[in-house]
Amino acid sequence: MGRIVIDPLTRIEGHLKIEAVVEQGEVKEARSSGTLFRGIELILRGRDPRDAQRITQRICGVCPTSHSIAASLNLDSAFGIADKIPDNGRIIRNLILGAAHIADHILHFYHLAALDYVDIAKVAKYEGKDPALSSIKSFIERRELAPFLPRYEGDYRLEKKVNLQAVAHYVQAFDMRRKGQEMLAIFGGKIPHDAAIVPGGVTEVPTVDKITSFLWRLNELREFIDNVYIPDVLAVAQAYSDYFEIGAGCGSLLSYGSYDLDGKEVDLIKRQRLFKPGTISTNLKLARLDPAKITEEVKHSWYADTTTGRKPAAGDTIPQTGKDGAYSWVKSPRYEGKVYEVGPLARMLVTYASGNAEVKSVVDSALAQLKASPSALFSVLGRHAVRALETKLIADSMPGWLLSLKPGEPVYTEYEIPEEATGMGLVEAARGALGHWIEIKKRKIANYQCVVPSTWNFSPRDDKNQPGPLEQALIGAKIKDEANPIEIGRIIRSFDPCLACAVHLITPKGRSLGEFRVS
Amino acid sequence: MANQKSDEYPVIWLQGAGCTGCSVSLLNAASPSIKNLLIDELIPGKHISLRFHPTVMAGAGVKAIEAMEETEKKGGHILVVEGAIPADGAFGSVGEKKGKPVSIPSRLESLAQNAMAVIALGTCASFGGIPAANPNPAQCLSVAQALKNKSITTLVINVPGCPPHPDWFMGTVASILLWGLPKEEELDEFRRPKAFYGKLIHEHCPRRAYYDEMKFAKKLSAPGCLYELGCKGPITYADCPLRQWNNGVNWCVNSGGMCIGCVEPGFPDLMSPIYQKMASQPEKKEV
Repeated sequence: MGRIVIDPLTRIEGHLKIEAVVEQGEVKEARSSGTLFRGIELILRGRDPRDAQRITQRICGVCPTSHSIAASLNLDSAFGIADKIPDNGRIIRNLILGAAHIADHILHFYHLAALDYVDIAKVAKYEGKDPALSSIKSFIERRELAPFLPRYEGDYRLEKKVNLQAVAHYVQAFDMRRKGQEMLAIFGGKIPHDAAIVPGGVTEVPTVDKITSFLWRLNELREFIDNVYIPDVLAVAQAYSDYFEIGAGCGSLLSYGSYDLDGKEVDLIKRQRLFKPGTISTNLKLARLDPAKITEEVKHSWYADTTTGRKPAAGDTIPQTGKDGAYSWVKSPRYEGKVYEVGPLARMLVTYASGNAEVKSVVDSALAQLKASPSALFSVLGRHAVRALETKLIADSMPGWLLSLKPGEPVYTEYEIPEEATGMGLVEAARGALGHWIEIKKRKIANYQCVVPSTWNFSPRDDKNQPGPLEQALIGAKIKDEANPIEIGRIIRSFDPCLACAVHLITPKGRSLGEFRVS
Repeated sequence: MANQKSDEYPVIWLQGAGCTGCSVSLLNAASPSIKNLLIDELIPGKHISLRFHPTVMAGAGVKAIEAMEETEKKGGHILVVEGAIPADGAFGSVGEKKGKPVSIPSRLESLAQNAMAVIALGTCASFGGIPAANPNPAQCLSVAQALKNKSITTLVINVPGCPPHPDWFMGTVASILLWGLPKEEELDEFRRPKAFYGKLIHEHCPRRAYYDEMKFAKKLSAPGCLYELGCKGPITYADCPLRQWNNGVNWCVNSGGMCIGCVEPGFPDLMSPIYQKMASQPEKKEV
């Protein structure tokens, strides 16, 4: 029996360590561990509630926009103005979030995940004149190959032409994701950590130059998504088609829904949104989402058992180092006590099953091209493919939103900070369902809790000993060479992990890794 | 350029208690771009060899740590630190040695020891920043303080900002490639390159004329100077109003979102409540 440790797992956000027990080339058990702690929720206590919108963005520099919007929805609801955000403000928030998701998904596929499939070293033999490839060839000839080598060696299967093209696109994608961030900053002020989203709406007013500048960056990105990103994902899918059967995970998906299409409904679950809220499993049967059924369990986390099973709004964090059977600082969010995966796959399939015609058409045509059934989407490649299709759906929705902005109309509504209040903000981050909860007392933050996508996806075993989604996805994976466990990297990165988000909880005592070592 | 051997400048990028926002900001660099930094010679004949960067590098696990440690052994590298340093090593680790996690502070010490210079990138690394905000749950320190506590004397250059502008990082690195390490007089009292942090936001703010005429915005999203709504431009030193952000498309004050003083040692505690007028205007310093 072998033990594989990957620390650090790179090309993700944050500090992640993976341990897997391998028997005869197959993963029997897997555990994921975040290796950094800050304590943002504790830092928030006692502060002006409005500051939460600025500080929670800084939980994560990769997905600050999602925290920015979750915090704003949370504060809107606590301040009693959830139904009073002007249309311009609501739409600009959507445009900012959309720009963030487009840039994020491109970054994830090309710069975080692709190096598991694409072999950059093969450019050494390139003979053509493409400027990006020529500059990489010169780079290789200088023989200092960091940060592309060393790497796990393995089955880099793309045929020569496709591989070269993918490397050229790796370079092009740097520019594309940057343009996505520029598009975001046109209305957001700057990024990472936007300046213009606030409770009450936004501070940036729409003008014709901003609208057109945004539009033409968006048009360029839409061309890239249609003609480069989606074809590249499909090309990888064709060469690595066995990954439609690898990394299935827990088979249950959960989405809060996202992109507000209506500004009057106070209940976020009833609000009209581009992506629908709900839960779904491999049989594609849709169920209504009730946020009151979310709890966080801690049997296998280093927290006091007295805090287990609580709803996030009533959450508490009492660390207990050295607790028997515990092996993670990440709690285990569960819905009706069951394990759920969150992310693009969840919101696209929930929206698909809700009967959204556009989503049905993009998903069905991709499935036809891949000769795959919807259940094949519960896999490494399924997550990549759906993420790319979602990027298209969002990007194609944005011109309509953009052109419905009304220069001269308000973007922001004023409010009073209440003496006492509670709030909830639910949105979809690039990586999945993101929830913020606040309790205000004496006009200050009494309690602030975030349940983030990577807490769901990277959770440890729960009170019923059910492994978390990633842990389930790793079990059964075949590892050809334990010294080069490229297969593990492929499975993990399909979830697009974001550990700064997952381990933002507090702990006044250190950790003691090592107790769960199995060999 | 092909087949010419460049001067290689090995770089190790350590992530401490941070959010990866500094790395994402660097990815947003327009000219030079991240591709120019990684693949091309940033300055003719001189190439940055990014030996370790958790978000970008292909390798993982032992292979990644070996690449870091080999570079460390040879010495002479530029160490970039993103994120604050938890004083208690139990709060963060990067990789293992003989099956035991290696803490972030102990990584910092050994990586800084033989480095040519340390660039503390972002406000967390420069001053503690967000994780060091009251009550500082993970007991975070700035890089300079963590090294001082261990009597390590390697030059530290602070390039703060939450996040820092990519040009500030590129410029700091290019300056080392062109002219060597910065002279003391090129850094301000907080060890920031004056080239980027020498100007007060307030003095170059496009809304400055409103301030001079005492036309103050009454609510967010309205025209006028944002001072009374809490803008920290009058105490913040950075060239944002001139350089602008994200390839020049916008910046905080321009978007009506105001300056929150993110490049300053007091961020965030001395800058909060963020949406409240500053109690008093601190003394101005010479620029």
